[in-house]
Amino acid sequence: MDFLSEHQPEILPGNRQLPPMQGVIEAPHGTTIVAVTFPGGVVLAGDRRATMGNVIAQRDIEKVFPADEYSAVGIAGTAGLAVEMVKLFQLELEHFEKVEGAQLSLEGKANRLSTMIRSNLGMAMQGLAVVPLFAGFDVDRDRGRIFSYDVTGGRSEEHNFAATGSGSVFARGAMKKLYRRDLSEEEATTLVVQALYDAADDDSATGGPDVARRIYPIVTVITDDGFRRLTDDESSEIARSVLARRLEQPDGPRAALL
Amino acid sequence: MSTPFYVSPQQAMADRAEYARKGIARGRSLVVLQYADGIVFVGENPSRALHKFSEIYDRIGFAAAGKYNEYENLRIGGVRYADLRGYTYDRDDVTARGLANVYAQTLGTIFSSAGEKPYEVELVVAEVGGTPDGDQIYRLPHDGSIVDEHGSVAVGGNAEQISSYLDQRHRDGMSLAEALKLAVQALSRDTNGTQREIPAERLEVAVLDRTRPQSRKFKRIVGGQLGRLLETDGASTEAESAEEPDESDEAEKK
Repeated sequence: MDFLSEHQPEILPGNRQLPPMQGVIEAPHGTTIVAVTFPGGVVLAGDRRATMGNVIAQRDIEKVFPADEYSAVGIAGTAGLAVEMVKLFQLELEHFEKVEGAQLSLEGKANRLSTMIRSNLGMAMQGLAVVPLFAGFDVDRDRGRIFSYDVTGGRSEEHNFAATGSGSVFARGAMKKLYRRDLSEEEATTLVVQALYDAADDDSATGGPDVARRIYPIVTVITDDGFRRLTDDESSEIARSVLARRLEQPDGPRAALL
Repeated sequence: MSTPFYVSPQQAMADRAEYARKGIARGRSLVVLQYADGIVFVGENPSRALHKFSEIYDRIGFAAAGKYNEYENLRIGGVRYADLRGYTYDRDDVTARGLANVYAQTLGTIFSSAGEKPYEVELVVAEVGGTPDGDQIYRLPHDGSIVDEHGSVAVGGNAEQISSYLDQRHRDGMSLAEALKLAVQALSRDTNGTQREIPAERLEVAVLDRTRPQSRKFKRIVGGQLGRLLETDGASTEAESAEEPDESDEAEKK
């Protein structure tokens, strides 16, 4: 990154000169990302919809990417900028690992992402914000951790669960009622799909499972075995079982009243 | 005012080559061999932290003999070159041939520029292909020339003797354990032909394994896994190489 900014600063996202302009640029935006920790790891998942104003720009966009072996980024906000930011982030982690011969600590990775979001502040002011969710397995502390960000690059560690994007309010509500500390990996993956379903239920910009086109949420799991993305079969299996129960109970599982 | 002595260009170059060769010869040799599933790097290295072999990119590995600070500099340059290429274009657009060319240019320029001393390094750049036919190995001597090698290559102090030993015994489609054993035998032959023992702790071993599911094919072989590979006989190597990926992943984490 430092090398790039010295030698080819124009290819870094933060260094572009923007022409002065009025109004908001229409560009595809990604929507809801959720993350849940469980003993032994963390699950990061995202829906598949990108919207441009009131139009669905893409039905099968992928918004969750591995950052390296032990961490992943889910992106909400302007899709084009976010994907490029993730690409640069992946590059930087790999570059550091090769040059130094050791991986960055999870905190180090989270801080690095924070700086990258801050460098995008100019764009964010014009409506092109990127707000990712960063999740990873901390090898030193032996547990999964989640970091959320705001547009100014403010970083905060989230405990248990977190969500970002337009449907995050609804997803967080769902997770608040369903989360337990002793979730297994399977339960955690089901929980994120439930939360995404609730987000899609109330937020028009979030896509639910698309049975007709066989488009299901992307679910990734990070444990001490590293990053793993659930196969299409596995995630469709979870989505279908959630859907089957929702046919009987449209609002999803009930939490106890007291 | 004194007049500088006239030194013929031939003599000047010969002196510089001599200087670089002597510097390289002081270091220990290392070998790079093709085997059935990829390319293996073997060298004697008492240090656990100062590596002679390194990952450059997905399919590309780097090996160097000579002066540490000089080849480390070249290695970081190579990582930068590869990462910048891969980011600007695509991961597939980073090739060993391109990287070897950059190294050759750098070494050649330094070798012939009168102001600098020549680098006392000899490099190997290797790229593992989808099949053994796609493997590429380039040797880059101190003067910036490129040699396209096949099968096996040795660099460092005792290189000529080791490579002739390897050339006679190396064949295509060796298993990893066989290739590793051959490499260790070659390295443990002294100049006067006597054998000495190199313990596993003093060996640095890395492979570019084309069967690895990840896009990054480079991995170091350390500790228990290395010991097991060195002990296996030719017969049981098949089973050993089959369970290898899992073990190596565990080893990397530790």
